[in-house]
Amino acid sequence: MLKLKVNDIDIEVEKGTTVLQACEQAGAEIPRFCYHEKLSIAGNCRMCLVEMEKSPKPIASCAMPAAEGMVLKTNTEKVKKARKGVMEFLLANHPLDCPVCDQGGECDLQDQSMYYGIDKSRFKENKRYVPEKYMGPLIKTQMTRCIHCTRCIRFATEVAGVPEIGAIGRGEDMQITTYLEKAMESELSANVIDLCPVGALTSKPYVFEARPWELKKTETIDVMDAVGSNIRVDTYGWEVKRVLPRINEEINEEWISDKTRYACDGLKNQRLDTPYIKINGKLKPSSWEDAYKAISESVSRTKSEKIAGFIGDMTNMETIYAAKEFFEKTIKSANLESREEKLYINTNKRINYLFNSSIEGIEKSDLIILIGTNPRFEATILNSRIRKNFLKNKTEIISLGNVGDLTYPYNVFDNSTDIIREIVENNHKISKKIKQSNKPSLIFGQSILKLKSAPYVFEELKKYLEENGKISEEWNALNILQKNSSTVGSFDLNVLAKNSSYEILENLEKNNYEVLILFGQDNLKFQKKNEFIIYIGSHGDKGANIADVILPGATYTEQDGYFTNLEGKLQKAYKASYPPGEAKEDWLIINELSSFIKRKNLYKDKNQLIDALLNYLKLNNLNETDFKVPEYDFKSEKIFTDEIDYYHSNVIARASKTMSECKNTRMSLPKTGTDN
Amino acid sequence: MLEDKDRIFKNLYNDFGPDLASAKQRGDWKNTKEICEKGREWIIDEIKTSELRGRGGAGFPTGLKWSFAPKEVGSRPHYLVINADESEPGTCKDRDILRFEPHKLIEGCLIASYAVNAHKCYIYIRGEYFNEGQKLQIAIDEAYKDGLLGKNSAGTGWELDIYIHYGAGAYICGEETALLESIEGKKGQPRLKPPFPALIGLYGCPTIINNVETISVVPTILRKGGKWFSSLGRPKNTGSKIYCISGNVNNPCNVEEEMGIPLKELIEKHAGGVIGGWDNLKAVIPGGSSMPLLPKETCETIKMDFDACVENKTGLGTAGIVVINKDQDIIKCMARIARFYKHESCGQCTPCREGSGWMWRMLERMAKGEATRDEVDMLLDVTKQIEGHTICAFGEGSSWPVQGLIRNFKDEIIERNKFDPIVKKQKDIPYLVDQHLLDKDNA
Amino acid sequence: MAVKKISKVQPENFEFNKKNKETADIIIKNYPSGKQQSAVMALLYLAQKQNDNWIPLSAMKYIAKYLDMPYIKVYEVATFYSMYNLTPVGKYFFQVCTTTPCMLRGAYNLVEVCKKKISEEENMLSKDGKTSWLEVECLGACVNAPMLQLNEDYFEDLDSAKLEKIIDKISNNEVPQPGSYRGRLSSEPENTRKTLIGIKNA
Ligand SMILES: Cc1cc2nc3c(=O)[nH]c(=O)nc-3n(C[C@H](O)[C@H](O)[C@H](O)COP(=O)(O)O)c2cc1C
Ligand code: SF4
Ligand code: FES
Repeated sequence: MLKLKVNDIDIEVEKGTTVLQACEQAGAEIPRFCYHEKLSIAGNCRMCLVEMEKSPKPIASCAMPAAEGMVLKTNTEKVKKARKGVMEFLLANHPLDCPVCDQGGECDLQDQSMYYGIDKSRFKENKRYVPEKYMGPLIKTQMTRCIHCTRCIRFATEVAGVPEIGAIGRGEDMQITTYLEKAMESELSANVIDLCPVGALTSKPYVFEARPWELKKTETIDVMDAVGSNIRVDTYGWEVKRVLPRINEEINEEWISDKTRYACDGLKNQRLDTPYIKINGKLKPSSWEDAYKAISESVSRTKSEKIAGFIGDMTNMETIYAAKEFFEKTIKSANLESREEKLYINTNKRINYLFNSSIEGIEKSDLIILIGTNPRFEATILNSRIRKNFLKNKTEIISLGNVGDLTYPYNVFDNSTDIIREIVENNHKISKKIKQSNKPSLIFGQSILKLKSAPYVFEELKKYLEENGKISEEWNALNILQKNSSTVGSFDLNVLAKNSSYEILENLEKNNYEVLILFGQDNLKFQKKNEFIIYIGSHGDKGANIADVILPGATYTEQDGYFTNLEGKLQKAYKASYPPGEAKEDWLIINELSSFIKRKNLYKDKNQLIDALLNYLKLNNLNETDFKVPEYDFKSEKIFTDEIDYYHSNVIARASKTMSECKNTRMSLPKTGTDN
Repeated sequence: MLEDKDRIFKNLYNDFGPDLASAKQRGDWKNTKEICEKGREWIIDEIKTSELRGRGGAGFPTGLKWSFAPKEVGSRPHYLVINADESEPGTCKDRDILRFEPHKLIEGCLIASYAVNAHKCYIYIRGEYFNEGQKLQIAIDEAYKDGLLGKNSAGTGWELDIYIHYGAGAYICGEETALLESIEGKKGQPRLKPPFPALIGLYGCPTIINNVETISVVPTILRKGGKWFSSLGRPKNTGSKIYCISGNVNNPCNVEEEMGIPLKELIEKHAGGVIGGWDNLKAVIPGGSSMPLLPKETCETIKMDFDACVENKTGLGTAGIVVINKDQDIIKCMARIARFYKHESCGQCTPCREGSGWMWRMLERMAKGEATRDEVDMLLDVTKQIEGHTICAFGEGSSWPVQGLIRNFKDEIIERNKFDPIVKKQKDIPYLVDQHLLDKDNA
Repeated sequence: MAVKKISKVQPENFEFNKKNKETADIIIKNYPSGKQQSAVMALLYLAQKQNDNWIPLSAMKYIAKYLDMPYIKVYEVATFYSMYNLTPVGKYFFQVCTTTPCMLRGAYNLVEVCKKKISEEENMLSKDGKTSWLEVECLGACVNAPMLQLNEDYFEDLDSAKLEKIIDKISNNEVPQPGSYRGRLSSEPENTRKTLIGIKNA
């Protein structure tokens, strides 16, 4: 610990603290533009100047490491004058077009200028004009407003791992731009909008939509992937206007992916806002009553084992649980499945399907092995943590097979299960690496769990890790990278075929079922024959297309709902808006359907459902389930990591114009920054 | 006046040729091996005794700087970097060393590298000095051929390789950390300090950076003794120095003289006097464009060394003396210097980036008599807002000359710009709207 | 420094010729392994020389690949340093220093000559397309002011008449002599030299 004095207050700070942080710990507020906790230090805005004893010049507190015995002053006339001077310079060439600026109301420059600003501009020269730059479909530029803090450059280079933004020219003519004014090739690109302290980089899709103070703000979580990024949803009336990150150091720090941020315009397109019934091959709008009646009739006509249900990729746990009880109690069938394809899942213990090293923990891992996964597209935020680890520690990262640009270098090994056998038989150099490493992380993607030899690969590698002490209280090297926000929750609720067999999925393929109920499930791979299909969901997408009855549901912003993220954290999404038109919350639809079929509600109200759900989780998560590992053999197979249609990976994203634009822009781009 | 025997740069005017043979005749490379055999500590102590201060502008004690290099080489190699960026207006001394006395520099590099444990030395030459660089390269090649560089340089057992790195037209790359960035293949933008280059410099390794002249005088000092050097000049301002006298003098020249030589002597004796006679003198910039100018009265008496200049509110800088006579418009001269700084600011820190252009524009208007009375104080205010608030000393370099002008010629500026601000009628403008967007005649 | 204009007309491809490739590889070896980015400035010079004294975008891309560094970083460097030309310049490229020490001795007279004899404006080709000129900052030869740089060479101790002659020579396809135009060989004081005389005569 270092002892120092800030404004006559004695404080102790840890070694490695900056003067700026020390001053803040002492309760002194330090203005800043360029400094950002998650980025490297640039020290170029000069706003954070403070006075240090024995130093004739004020020092940039953000860039100065705290040292024993420093005596600092943050509130002297000299400091104030210095900051005021910097402020005047910043405003000198700044257009001050706040009334028409999208940053208005949340602009650091505006806030600071109220405090330090000089009410009258002494700058009488012509202001600098800087031409706009094209930065892709998400980022609108107004470069005349830029104050050259370089946060965007540092973000792109450091966090996003795409060194594509730079400052060209020099002096007062320095300009921020991307290479040949192309879009930034990153799934994190829009974070520069939050980082930009002024209105130089603003949100293109959100341009002039609304003023921040007119919006209702709801703190909630994201469902675009299994990470569970913490977000804030801003709504204006019914409409979700924008999605912003919330800080959660354990999960997304303060970043979100472009999909998390911008798929939200998909919430208003392609919406199912009234029930439909197929009459003579054509879907016709109907009343809830008629739709329920149609379902009720077909369900009661059908033997319960001929009815199956499928859970979708963004379904919340209340809905999953209600569906589970609906199947158990109302339909009396066990045919409820949450997987969309045949994946080997050992549900015996939770750790068998979780990302056990944890999102934060992966930063500390000293060996990362990717097995059939592309984390950049499957869990963008997690990928940025891996990159962070690499940058800090030069950690070795290995992938079985080349999975493309991950924003960090990795060693490619053969994409064959043979390697895995060699590893577990201690015949491969990776075996040694694993043994020697303190905190290895093996990351299993869905692509490996699909293989015939998946049980072998998973169980043998797990055994290998256990035998070598890599699965323990302190560190768990076993990681399954789930792609979807509903997956872990479904597994926690045991929504799979018995013993996680492929029975239900196989029956589906063979068209053995007569009635299918799709709970927001749009991704099943089967050829419809004579099934009567009921679709409960929000968007007119693949599921609704094949449905005979459609019950319009709600999305993650329109209902409260629990989700468990890939590392097993239970989080709640909050209702920020309400379902459009006639649409209803999903659990309610199930509840009503049950009462229609059985003349009996499943739940008296939502609270009762939540109590039951949480109770179930408590019991289930504590105990082992009676899962039996099937007999398995080794098979030599190739590991092909699935390509993900990143910008169109779910119904909301597919309905989003912004996501389509991103997809089109990306497809027309050369591969990397140095390519072409 | 310095006696010729005490002059270090005997070939300053290229009377003998810069080649190795001639250099050896002048005494270069005579006993390099013996010097190194006396050991690092001795070398550094001797340089400390000589009280040599850096010739690149800041005047930092060279011996002290060398002693900051880690004593032992750890996992990271050490580097010596020579600053031959010479871009300070009014300065052209290193150029003559590069083209006429390259072996003094190369021998100095060897000794300095040995003293700071460096096996690699980069010489950063401004890109415009292409021909000078070629001449230096010839000398380096000669030295390799003669065994003075390479595996066992000059028989010292020390391995040294010297490489030239060309700049490409950026004054700021003379700033030592910007120079390192430039060698690393980046834009020349100064780094934050701490950490200092002696510990974390080129490629993150310990690095000692010195000016060409500083390093070139080292061999002679070690040959003749630190005491000899410190006997010239006065304490803390010792030795000899190359002065560059340019501007309105009859015979502009470079000349090596003793530290502390009166400015008047330099101008009158060596440079043939002020054009139009001493009384036609208006002002002198004593240390390159970054240093505040001196009015005629001070020029009568001032002695040219570090401390005397500071006492007179200026600096010796690079000893680039720019003489300005009364035929010139002093405001215009300084406006042109302000334009230089506006052109050369690297642009990373706010006060320098925004302030340098602002100062220039105001000065241009003042030169034309288009400014208002109150703007003179405001200009001074702006310089104060830059000074001391930037990452590197460019901030001072750009604001000091303006301060010098105002300090000494305020009356003249006001005389030319004596009208009061025109009070514009208040317009009903919403809060914070850009005035100039509305005010078309201003745009 | 205004942001440099990038030429509108750009060649599709760029590649070092054999000799420059060899030179480039030698230069890269001047720097520690893995630090090949250090060579970017030198490689930009090579490209500039190979391509009639200006650097096309394709050359920046080529160099970025050559040195395995992001394209934007090369672009940053090329736009930061003033000696890289990103649009075509004359085969004879006059760069007139007009910073104060040169200005005091009449640098703007030289600018007038350039305006009159080469082109009305900076960076504009002369009528015969061979020549262009530019005002630049201090070139570090202040004692030999006013001066200018013509391609790689310094022309010192000039005045308007002398510069006119130099330009005329070029128009007549003659090669003007670089160096001082008052016959100086160095930065010694003309007429009043007081130092190093004994040694010289010894
Ligand atoms: C803006 C700026 C420009 C500089 N230009 C030069 C230069 O052209 N040549 C030089 O030797 N030092 C220059 N310096 C000084 C160097 O930073 C550094 O102090 C010097 O090279 C150290 O060498 P010395 O100790 O031998 O003087 C400059 C400093 C600043 C702040
Ligand atoms: S003071 Fe000027 S030159 Fe120095 S770092 Fe700041 S912006 Fe760059
Ligand atoms: S916050 Fe410290 S200089 Fe910008």
